[in-house]
Formats: sequence, C-alpha cells, structure tokens
Amino acid sequence: MKYFGFIWRNVWRKKIRTSLTMLSVFVAFLLFALLSAIGYAFKSGEDAADAERLIVIDKITLINPLPFAYKNRIAATEGVHSVTHASWFGGYYQDPRSQFPQFPTEPYEYFAMYPELNMPEYQLDAWARNRQGAVIGRELAEQYSLKVGDRIPIQATIWTKADGGRTWEFDIEGIFETDDPRGSTAYLLFQYDYFEEARAFGKGTVGWYILRVKPGADPVQVANAIDLQFANSPNETETSTEAAFAQSFAKQFGNIAMIVSLILGAVFFTLLLVSGNTMSQSVRERISELAVLKTLGFSDRSVLGIVLAESIVIMLIGGLLGLGVGWVLVQGAAKAMGTFLPGMFLSPTATITAIAIMIGAGIAAGIFPAVKAMRLSIIDALARA
Amino acid sequence: MITIKQIIAVTLLNLRNLPQRFASSAVAVVGVAAVVLVFAAVLSMAAGLERTMLSAGSDNTAVIMRSGATSELNSGLSNEQTLIIGNAPGVLKDGDNAIMSAELYVITDVKKLSNQTDANVPFRGVQAGAFEVRDNIRISDGRMFEPGKNEIVVGRAAQQEFMGLNVGDTIRFGQTEWSIVGTFDAGGSVSESELWTDVRVLQNAYRRGNSFQSVRVRLESPDSIETLRQALDDDPRIDPDVMSERDYYSSQSQGLVQFIKLIGYPLTILMAIGAVFGALNSMYSSVSVRGKEIATLRALGFGPMAVLFSTVIESVLLALVGGLLGGLLAYLAFNGFTASTLNGQSFSQVVFDFAVTPELLMQGMKAALVIGVIGGFFPAIRAARLPVAQALREL
Repeated sequence: MKYFGFIWRNVWRKKIRTSLTMLSVFVAFLLFALLSAIGYAFKSGEDAADAERLIVIDKITLINPLPFAYKNRIAATEGVHSVTHASWFGGYYQDPRSQFPQFPTEPYEYFAMYPELNMPEYQLDAWARNRQGAVIGRELAEQYSLKVGDRIPIQATIWTKADGGRTWEFDIEGIFETDDPRGSTAYLLFQYDYFEEARAFGKGTVGWYILRVKPGADPVQVANAIDLQFANSPNETETSTEAAFAQSFAKQFGNIAMIVSLILGAVFFTLLLVSGNTMSQSVRERISELAVLKTLGFSDRSVLGIVLAESIVIMLIGGLLGLGVGWVLVQGAAKAMGTFLPGMFLSPTATITAIAIMIGAGIAAGIFPAVKAMRLSIIDALARA
Repeated sequence: MITIKQIIAVTLLNLRNLPQRFASSAVAVVGVAAVVLVFAAVLSMAAGLERTMLSAGSDNTAVIMRSGATSELNSGLSNEQTLIIGNAPGVLKDGDNAIMSAELYVITDVKKLSNQTDANVPFRGVQAGAFEVRDNIRISDGRMFEPGKNEIVVGRAAQQEFMGLNVGDTIRFGQTEWSIVGTFDAGGSVSESELWTDVRVLQNAYRRGNSFQSVRVRLESPDSIETLRQALDDDPRIDPDVMSERDYYSSQSQGLVQFIKLIGYPLTILMAIGAVFGALNSMYSSVSVRGKEIATLRALGFGPMAVLFSTVIESVLLALVGGLLGGLLAYLAFNGFTASTLNGQSFSQVVFDFAVTPELLMQGMKAALVIGVIGGFFPAIRAARLPVAQALREL
C-alpha cells in the first residue's frame, strides 16, 4: 500500500494511452454484464423452478389439451400433495405485437401452488369472488400503467367466445409480486370458470396440470405413476419436474443462444487481449526504469508487485466502471424487455467472476514483461535505454 | 500536386516500417476484425432467417385464416368455410376445381439431432392442391404420401435437423405410427422445416373433427387478392383475414428477426466503440514512436498535410485489413451454417442457414472504414502539430 502513490503516478504517466486502454476494458466488461444478463434470462426458468413441482402435459405435444377429468385422478395418485391447472390463452392487449401470457386457472389453488407469489389476502378473495376478475404481475402493471379496479379488454387469438365475440374483458382485482428476484411477473391470471363457460369450443379441457408432491415423496416415482395411469388412453401424458420442463423449453431455442454466447465470449477475450497487449507494451517500454528501481535497492519482488499492481489497477478501474454501467443498462433492459425476454439479471456470481477476470487479466498482462525485467541484470537493462 | 506526392511518399514510408510497429498495429487490426466478425455473424442469422421465411412467400398465393389469428397455430376454420373460400371470386380455377389447399397446422415432438432433446416440429395436414399453391416445391426423394394412410413426407431441412426422419423410417407420435415415405424440397424455404401428411389423417390423429386452420389459394393474379378479400368480407358466414403468402411469412418472421437485430446492432456499436479506442491507441503509439522520423521529414520540407493524411491513411488501411479479416472469418465460419430455433410466433421450429450476405460484408467494411478514420484522425492531428525543433532535439 505504501507504494500506491507511486503506482498511481505510473498509471497516469501516459494519460491518453491509459484512458484509451481503460475505455476498451470498460467496453469489454460492459459487454460481459449484458451477455451474462441475457444468458441468465435464457436459464432463469430453470433456476426459478421448484423441485417439488411437477408439470403434466400431453405426451404428443404441449399444445394438445388434457381432459379436465384427469384432475381428480392425478390428485388421487400416491405422493401427490395438491394439484391445479392452467391453460394458454394467447390473447393480446392493445397491440398484437406486444403479447404477454394470460392463463385461466383456479385462484386459490394457483397461489397455493406458487408460494413465491405474493398478493394481499383481500385481493385474492376479491378475485375469487369476481367471475370476470383477473390479477396481474407487478411488471405488467408498471408497463401498461394498470391498477386495481381497471377493466381491460384482451383480444383473443384462439379462444372466440360462444357468442362469437373475441374481446374478453377482465376487472383487475389484484397485483402480485414474486419473492424470486429473477422470476418474471409479466403475466395475467384469470378464472378458469369464466373461461370454461364463455369459450366457444374446447370445453372440458385444460392446457396442463401443475402438482406438488408430498414432502419426502420421490418426484420421479410420482411422475411415472401418473404417466402409467394414462398410458394407452387417448390422452397420454408426460410428467416432468418444473426444472426439466423449463430446460426443455430453453433448449428449443437451440444453438442460437449458444452461438451468440460463443461469438460474444470470443469478442470479450479479444478485447481483453487487445488491452492486455497495450499494457504489456507500456511495461516493456519501461524496462530500463525498472532497472533504476532495482539499482535504488527495491527487491525483485516489490518491483514485480509494483508492475502487476499497475496493470490490475487499470483493469479494475475500466472493468468496474463497465460492470456498473452494464448493471444500470440491465436494469433498464429488464424493464423494457420484461415481456419479451423476462428474467434479465446480473447475478452475484457473474459479478464475482468478472472481478476475478479483471485481476487475472491484469496479472497476465503485466507478468511476462515484469518477469523478463527482473531476470535482466541491472546493467543490461540500463543499457537498453 | 506537391502535397499529393508528399502524402504518397510519406504513406509508403510509413507502410514500409510498419513491421517494426507490429504489436501495436496488430491490436488495431484484431480489434476491427472482431467488430466485423461479430456484426456479420450475428446479423447473418437474421439475414438467413429472413431469407428462409420470405422465400416461402409468393404474391400469387393468398393465405386465409380466422380474423384475429396471429399465426396458423391459433386460427380455426370449419369445413364449410373452406368450401366458401374455394368458391370465392379471384381464386384460380382448373376447370371447376379451385386450386387450393385447406390445411391443419399442429406441432409434434421430435428430437433434435444436435442436442437430443424434444423440439416442437411443425406437422401440417394438406390437401392434394398443396403442391400447386406453393412455388418451387417438389418431391425430391421417395414418393408422395397416399391419402388416408399414416404416411408422412418430410421437408429436406427437417430431415437433416431432426432424428429419425429418413425415408423408410417409422416414427411414433402418441399411439399412432407413421411411415416416412418421401422427402420434399422447397428451395430452402420455411416449408422445408415441416412434416406433411394428408389433412384428413391428421384431423383424426389430433382429434380435430372436421376443422382446419388455414386455406391457401392460388390467385388469378396478385391483384385479385382485393377481389377475394372483398367477397369474403361481404359473406356473413365467414370472418377471415386474407393475406398474401408473402405478407404472412414476413409477419411470421418479424419477431425473431427483430430480436436478433435488437441484440446485434447495439452489440456491434458497443464493440465498434471499443475498436475505436484500440485503433486510437495504436495510432497514438505509432505517432509517438515515429516522432523523430516525422520531425525529420518536416525539417526536410514535407508539409503538415502530408503527415496528417499519411497517418489517417495508415489507420484506415489497418482497419480495412482488419475488416477483411473479420468478414472472411465470418464467411468461412458461419455462411451456410444450419441451425434451428423456436419461432415464437408459430411456436414451432424453423430450420435455416446463416447467410453472410454481400450487403452485410459491405456494411461491415463501412464500419471498419469509419473506425479507421476516427482512430487515425486525432493521432494525425497530433503528428501534424509536432513541434519540429523540440522533437529533433530529443534525438
């Protein structure tokens, strides 16, 4: 620490070069922050999953509905604690291009199934009492400036009403939040009873079942027991844990997400390499100066320390600024793209990784010229001047 | 004239001693190469997707769905409605029969070859007219399915991307077994991501009764779509959306293409800024290394303009080399690379080839040029202003 003043002066001896190097490090870590937030969003469904929740879908494809009659049979299966269901409504509010999900479901059962969702008890009661009631997530409420008491029309793309209409109106009875900092709340829930009564076709079916296994029960066994029960029926089922379900979804995007992260990863390291190279160069140029330090009696180790500290300082200043601005941008992007790509988040793990990379890159950039300088005899080093 | 000669002379001198400044010049080149690589690679996905989706669209074919439906998947039409559409004016007839295909579009799970996980593959039930309402489509291997049988013809792209879809294979969806009897080629368009069977068979297998989701008709001419739209709008028995096939597929590709561009452009700009810093750094160091040389030239009578332009030219040349390198790398690594992803609009997989198009490469080179000019300009000003006497004294 006592050398800090000396290191600091060294850092700024070539102001333009140092600033430019810091700026490219800044851009590299800004990129890193955005990249890890996007990567996180692709995976967030998996992380938010609850190991004791299982999802039951039609075996052939998710879009085939399941009979409502399955509910009691699933509930009666050994190891099942509770069960509810939801369906895909697929409507839009105002603009067909900005869609958010809407699910018809059972009010009390759904909130019991997802304890991480928080909503005042009285709002839940009010929703359960109002057949045309709906509740929305905080993100949605903010995005469209909606509040409790509003009546909103949702245009159906699939579910026409029995009277031929396509506009479904809902009274907003509550706004829920989630305990999970990464979980999205950009969706709307409404009553299955209303859905079932008013829709023109598809009556007596639901989209999928969600169930919770009893504490101690083996989720895999429960899943197999359920699928076995419906084997060879017209609607065979496929039961999987919530995590596996979310994962299979993420995998559908396939190589795209992987390719994007590969490209960006390559870029990140290129930028680091480029700035590291510049930093090494500035150490190389000063080898004779390091020899002067040694002549003055500085030990090899303190010279090495001074050189490394200098490159680490440059990396940290640029990198931390980049992470900071990246964090701000991620917050903004998470709001703007909440319904599009929910769950953007700069995780603590990513932050720690980034800082470790900064220090590592700082050492890597400084170590080779510094070691070379140390090995040179003072006379040779001075002669290079 | 003298100035131009001077510029050329100094530039050549600079280029000749470039190898001595290899490390710092390489920084600039690599930085710009990275920008162009990322730009071309990310946007080649958008270009490839657009090409795949849009090449399926013809102006001579209209797609009719229930109004309000955003894709075939969430549309629905009754048998009666499909007959009304076939009889409407504007539809091309062959004798008494309309050239049309009423279709059912569902998705089914097939494993992807690349990661062995289930993916939503589009499964389309078609009528006999399906090959007539589409351009450039033909059976390339095996034979057409026989109506009424559980037989499937597979798009060429789907066959390459998903498991167990070769001619002669049988595949099981739920309790039904299907035989793959043929492959069809559709000029690389989105149809090639699909599996096709007889619509009646698919209605039974998916218990859809006698319902359809879309009708494609061949139009008498691209303009007769208005006639058709008017006629169907006036008919109280039906409430349809009539779109040209081209418009339909362009609306289907919008979400995904925009998503990629939304990621691609800001990233490129960010990277370009990083590359400008890299270029500035290397040009500043080039100017400072050549301080004595520049001062000597000035003392010999070369003007400040010669020094200024030669520095900018050096920077631009380095950037262009980087741009070429990045573009070449992107082209070699990504052009024609086949990938598949989930299209949110149709909730099903679309198989496409990355397309590193000449336009993308041109745009990339333009970006490189801009980076080179900015990266060279400020150091060039410093070089031109170098006080001659002082720089020489440092000798």
